[in-house]
Amino acid sequence: MPDQFLFAMEVILNGLMAGVLYALVALGFVLIYKASGIFNYAQGVMALFAALTLVGIMEGQVPFSHLINAIFGTEIHHFGWHVPALLAIAMTMVVMVGLAWAVQKFIFRHLVNQEPILLFMATIGLAFVMEGIGDIMWGAEIKKLDIGLPQGINDWIDVTTFEAFGYGFFIDNLDISATIVAIILVGALIAFSQYTKQGRALRAVADDHQAALSVGISLNFIWILVWSIAGFVALVAGIMWGAKSGVQFSLSLIALKALPVLMLGGFTSIPGAIVGGLIIGVGEKLFEFLIGPMVGGATENWFAYVLALIFLVFRPQGLFGEKIIERV
Amino acid sequence: MRLLTMATAAIMAASPVMADLVFPSLSYRTGPYAANGIPFADGYEDYFTLLNERDGGIGGVAARVIECETGYNTEKGVECYEATKGEGALVYQPLSTGITYQLIPKATADGIPVHSMGYGRTSAKNGAVFSNIFNYPANYWDGASHAVNHILDENGGDISGKKIALVYHNSAYGKEPIRTLTELSGKHGFELMEVAVDHPGQEQKSQWLQIRQQRPDYVLMWGWGVMNQVAIQEAANIRFPMDKFIGIWWSGSENDVLPAGDGADGYKALTFHNLGKDYPLFDDLQKYVVDAGKAAGAGDQVGTALYNRGMYAAMLAAEAAKTAQGIHGTAEITPAMMRDGMEALEITEAKMTELGLPGFGPEFSVSCENHGGNGLGAVAQWDAGAGEWNLITGYEASDQEVIGALVEEDSGAFAAENGITPSCS
Amino acid sequence: MFYRESGDFSTTYPEDSQTFPIRFDRYRYYVVLAVAFLVIPFIINDYWANAVFVPFLIYAIAAIGLNILTGYCGQVSLGTGAFMAVGAYSCYKLMTAFPEISIVIHVILSGGITAAVVTLFGLPSLRIKGFYLAVATLAAQFFLVWLFNKVGWFYNYSASGQISAPERSVFGIIVTGPNTEAWAKYLICLVFVTLCAIIARNLTRGSMGRRWMAIRDMDIAAEIIGVNPMGAKLTAFMVSGFFVGIAGALFFSVYLGAAEVGESFGIDKSFLVLFMIIIGGLGSIFGSFAGAAFMVLLPVFLKNVFVGGLGWPTDLAAHLQFIVSGGLIIMFLIMEPHGLAQLWRLAKEKLRLWPFPH
Repeated sequence: MPDQFLFAMEVILNGLMAGVLYALVALGFVLIYKASGIFNYAQGVMALFAALTLVGIMEGQVPFSHLINAIFGTEIHHFGWHVPALLAIAMTMVVMVGLAWAVQKFIFRHLVNQEPILLFMATIGLAFVMEGIGDIMWGAEIKKLDIGLPQGINDWIDVTTFEAFGYGFFIDNLDISATIVAIILVGALIAFSQYTKQGRALRAVADDHQAALSVGISLNFIWILVWSIAGFVALVAGIMWGAKSGVQFSLSLIALKALPVLMLGGFTSIPGAIVGGLIIGVGEKLFEFLIGPMVGGATENWFAYVLALIFLVFRPQGLFGEKIIERV
Repeated sequence: MRLLTMATAAIMAASPVMADLVFPSLSYRTGPYAANGIPFADGYEDYFTLLNERDGGIGGVAARVIECETGYNTEKGVECYEATKGEGALVYQPLSTGITYQLIPKATADGIPVHSMGYGRTSAKNGAVFSNIFNYPANYWDGASHAVNHILDENGGDISGKKIALVYHNSAYGKEPIRTLTELSGKHGFELMEVAVDHPGQEQKSQWLQIRQQRPDYVLMWGWGVMNQVAIQEAANIRFPMDKFIGIWWSGSENDVLPAGDGADGYKALTFHNLGKDYPLFDDLQKYVVDAGKAAGAGDQVGTALYNRGMYAAMLAAEAAKTAQGIHGTAEITPAMMRDGMEALEITEAKMTELGLPGFGPEFSVSCENHGGNGLGAVAQWDAGAGEWNLITGYEASDQEVIGALVEEDSGAFAAENGITPSCS
Repeated sequence: MFYRESGDFSTTYPEDSQTFPIRFDRYRYYVVLAVAFLVIPFIINDYWANAVFVPFLIYAIAAIGLNILTGYCGQVSLGTGAFMAVGAYSCYKLMTAFPEISIVIHVILSGGITAAVVTLFGLPSLRIKGFYLAVATLAAQFFLVWLFNKVGWFYNYSASGQISAPERSVFGIIVTGPNTEAWAKYLICLVFVTLCAIIARNLTRGSMGRRWMAIRDMDIAAEIIGVNPMGAKLTAFMVSGFFVGIAGALFFSVYLGAAEVGESFGIDKSFLVLFMIIIGGLGSIFGSFAGAAFMVLLPVFLKNVFVGGLGWPTDLAAHLQFIVSGGLIIMFLIMEPHGLAQLWRLAKEKLRLWPFPH
């Protein structure tokens, strides 16, 4: 069955690409969890918020226009200008840093040393708040996000594979860009954490809060830093997913796609997030391709979790997670 | 406890005098489907505002729209129903299959009609069993048949051996057309390929790879929310010919095609009302509602597909109310009278022209045996360059032979399960 | 002044070990029960029953169930929504397969079936801990929802995949279906809540509850002093599943009347119930009630204030409602991480001394 084999190859390749996108979302989780022990459920909403802000700035929308109009009876919607993509991304980043500062200042500073489950619940509360603010600020309609990334089938791959195997493979240009961006992003993150002062401080905090504090590292600064980086990762994820579906509420649900990746890779490991993402991506696509038709399809949502669960039974800390040492 | 008393006070303060016709609008301007809920709710409310401003209401009595936010959540829908039914609500249009199913038994017990226009329980077409539920002018099974008929037309009436894929939202709603399509595939000899997409549908790579590999001749879609945008984008990505991709009416709004840009050009969707704003009524709407600053929401949705649908729903409700006023000879009608009005509703071309909406929807009439109208529907096509939908067919009939039997079977099962004796007296 | 044990003498062991040892507390409890059973049923109307009381009571059962698992035994679960679905679908199957048997028995049996399913999904907890377990229970959430959606047998092959509750009565009073009176709905839920709360309270303060708490506080240490972790964890899953299943069965049959698994029992439900026990207080039966009341009342209250009271557009109100509830949750976590139950405990302490400062 050469046809089936080629199809499977195509599915695997696309699974890898999808895995990169999952890993992008998962990265944000890992960064924050490593540095502060917070399991940040709001990561998905942060991606939505970042993408909304980006589109809003690019289109020159007036923030909170709906609220202003409702209160003052005015009719304002747009400033009437368009901001170029790169500048808009920079401005969005400023907003995300501001958000990181606010989150740290108003929420997590007051929750230091609480139980993980409480921190987790606080992030769900944060997700609610950000959902509401995002909608009031920029409106709830679907927005087209176009920062000039190519989309659609890659012709070169299609033609080359057709000549080689007699069947042209489908690879989305957007996925290729996402992969390149992800590689650059991870490279930059590694360089940052290995070679800069702040990066080393970040790793020190991740290892041991108190030891880091006692050698003079400002925990507050590091936490703002790490939330900002997570905000940046969320922005990248938001752009990639938003380019596919338009920017809308459902973007926040991508967090659910990242959770099995985290389980599989381990909450504390950046390589884990990437490898986990790839395994989940390939696994769920292949399962849907091979087994899906027999059981009626739409298996992807649960299969990722079940796959991760099976992995966990054999390695309770995930693939690359820190070994859990239990003491009395 | 103070919370309780304050909440009670708030409810008390909200209940006004009962001297107008109450049309509750269970809308969703938040949540995952907000982008679809907003234009519909705007259109629904604007039409009643227009009637109030221009004609002084319906038959001299002002219409009052009570908006209640459900967020597409069934429990909030129940709360909204309970909160508004005491105000004399005449008809409910929940715009959600889940909430409709909740309301079918409740509203029937309370004697309030429900109009689920193009959604909800398809077999509610059988008014002998579902006395208070209406789903005119067309339902999902009609839709499935329209799509197949359109494909038949394009292929000169012979589609045996063709392969048609159905991409559907993996929920009660998405599964609706499968029975009909299975029947039709037997009748016309095409091969049906079912492709399920799980909620919410952000990621559909495997589904569209499957379509790319299996090469179906046509793809039908029963999608909702983000699933629509992603599916259209993915179809464009794999270069599936867009004019062979047909969506149900809930997959056919501007929201669904705009994110894919030019890639969506030629995409088709079913509809049971016309699109655009080239109707005399829209001039009045502009004059009395939009320019007067009375438009619902942000007022920027006028003329979009879902706005028109909301307006159409409001128009049908207002016409039914007029019919009810005629039958019972009173201007202040009750929900029970409204039900009679809906059951005697007749929409003709003359009536629509009189309203300033010539050719806006199909002609149909409702009777006790048939709560679903005549099942007429049309196909619209998206023109990405002009950024508008155009009807490419007239309102055509569905295959009532197949659908009628299915309606009979499903409503019969419901009647047996709930101990209802079908009757039309 | 209040809540003082002075003058309260226990002369027998049962008296000493009763649930409310302080006389004032006991009387307060009787008063609450009397109001709930004898006053509210006569004044309740459809709106209050369907928007406030019935969901509150049902969520209270679910919260008690989850609190046993998470609050008492320390196993975080994000699968509550799907477990409620198990209760709902078993109840539907039982109701339609054996129409002649009382609905009360069906509800209890649904609890039993759910207990079995939940215990099965609890097995990984023996290996997996903490957040890993929480995310692992999501596997149950997504898989079960998919299963109920996919397999026609669960919804009797109806064309739409929805399940709807036929009319059933208890002692000649209709309790399910559209013709149910508000008070009947309320009372049947109240009876189940009261029984569940009493059972849960007595389980958690007995030897079983002590074992759970030992596991929660430190499972290795508990194992060393002779608590069997497998037994303790699995019983927690089982008991929790029983309550959650009853809640799911009532939620479907009495409250909603018709349900679709993805919409009614999605992951939001899991989070909602988890919120309830965190806001209410982990490891407290009172907290389960307080949290359920808070999470059910808050949206209804905010909506009525914003839309009914201030006359704002519904969408703005809905967005603000998100912000306010999210903000309140964060505020609660910051100000009182142990939840409403802790506030209640503090209030009791204060009342005990009142009006004297020390």
